[in-house]
Amino acid sequence: CACAAMAAAAECVGQVVLPGDVLLLPAHPDEDAERLRLSSGAAPRARLLCGPGLRRCEAGLLVTKCGLLRHRQAGGGAAAAGGAYWVDSQQKRYVPVKGDHVIGIVTAKAGDLFKLDVGGSEQASLSYLAFEGATKRNRPNVQVVGDLIYGQFLVANKDMEPEMVCIDSSGRSSGMGIIGQDGFLFKVSLGLIRKLLAPKCAIIQELSELYPFELVLGMNGRIWVKAKTVQQTLIIVNILEACEYMTAEQRKQALAKLSGN
Amino acid sequence: PSRPPAGATSVLAGLYGPAEVKGSRELPDRAALEVLLRPKVGLPGVMERSREQLLRGTCEAVVLGGLHPRSAITLVLQVLSDGGSLLSCCLNAACLALLDSGVPLSALFCGVTCALGADGTVILDPTTRQEQDARAILTFAIDSAERKVLAASSKGSCSVEEMQQCLAAAQRAADTIFGFYRDCVRRKYSKS
Repeated sequence: CACAAMAAAAECVGQVVLPGDVLLLPAHPDEDAERLRLSSGAAPRARLLCGPGLRRCEAGLLVTKCGLLRHRQAGGGAAAAGGAYWVDSQQKRYVPVKGDHVIGIVTAKAGDLFKLDVGGSEQASLSYLAFEGATKRNRPNVQVVGDLIYGQFLVANKDMEPEMVCIDSSGRSSGMGIIGQDGFLFKVSLGLIRKLLAPKCAIIQELSELYPFELVLGMNGRIWVKAKTVQQTLIIVNILEACEYMTAEQRKQALAKLSGN
Repeated sequence: PSRPPAGATSVLAGLYGPAEVKGSRELPDRAALEVLLRPKVGLPGVMERSREQLLRGTCEAVVLGGLHPRSAITLVLQVLSDGGSLLSCCLNAACLALLDSGVPLSALFCGVTCALGADGTVILDPTTRQEQDARAILTFAIDSAERKVLAASSKGSCSVEEMQQCLAAAQRAADTIFGFYRDCVRRKYSKS
């Protein structure tokens, strides 16, 4: 029952869905979706994860954003959860999500907090103690206007102001903190960031054969690049920006031309 | 921004949001939606304001504003050329802009204009000439979930039966427009 139950929504996986489409999930024998089955008997209920772009409604899942429907089967045996559905959509506007690593721009200092612009509808707050090795005496060296910070969201929901930290749960910075001097910050769409963050991304591998460079990717669509010279930095910036619209062959041609001369 | 072709009428739509909202316009439980309609020439007047309110009401019915409280969603429409059926063109442009931007929606909508001739014939998406010759012009905003009417605007006089007739024709025409939306989105995602 657990595997066959996804057949109705599974037909749309990989296809374009529009807001207002309802993805049907077959009715389960036990109508109460929240109660866990305690007795063995029929196949265990599949717990379905409803990802971005989908909301639950009576008949099944209501699509709220246009995009490609994706599905991931959760690992495990027959007793596993039913997996996750989500809509892969392209957008430029970022909405803060807990746990996302983003690049923020410091705009103000209010007492013990820094106010960061993360590209969302509200500014995020960052406490000066949320850096590795920071104490009340040993404050982080953050210039107020224009400094770049790479951190993750501790609190991010629609009702509260987002809060960022630059340490992970064990107190180590793991790459987060103030981003160094020089370099170039620019904005791309969120879909390109997700593509670049995928493991073994072809774009990053091809670019690293060209020049050595430092790269910071923020889930809010911001990329920071630094190479040895300003010219190399700008070339990498132009290629990354153009990657959104280029196919793989066009990109290989552009890179071949650059490494040729 | 998205631009739908509708004969000689074209409207450019841009959607910004969810973004920061100025203090007085902030709503505690949902997003504050604002529509700005700019005519091709001249300053926006009363007709633009009334159309903005109609568009705003239609958009509020489909946007899931509760997911973005205390934020602002701004829709700006610029009329590039007017060859008739302007209001339904604005409605279609608004829906495509909402679709393109990733704002969560519960359904889509489209706009259809019907011109009622002197002898009772119904012309869909009339040109300016046909609109001038018509006895009545009715514009409907139709939603994609159950083909219900989200907004209706009428100019001229017609009987109730004629209005029902126009509404039925508009609901049938809405299917073509929703098919067009689906093709647009397919083309956009086929490139990646």
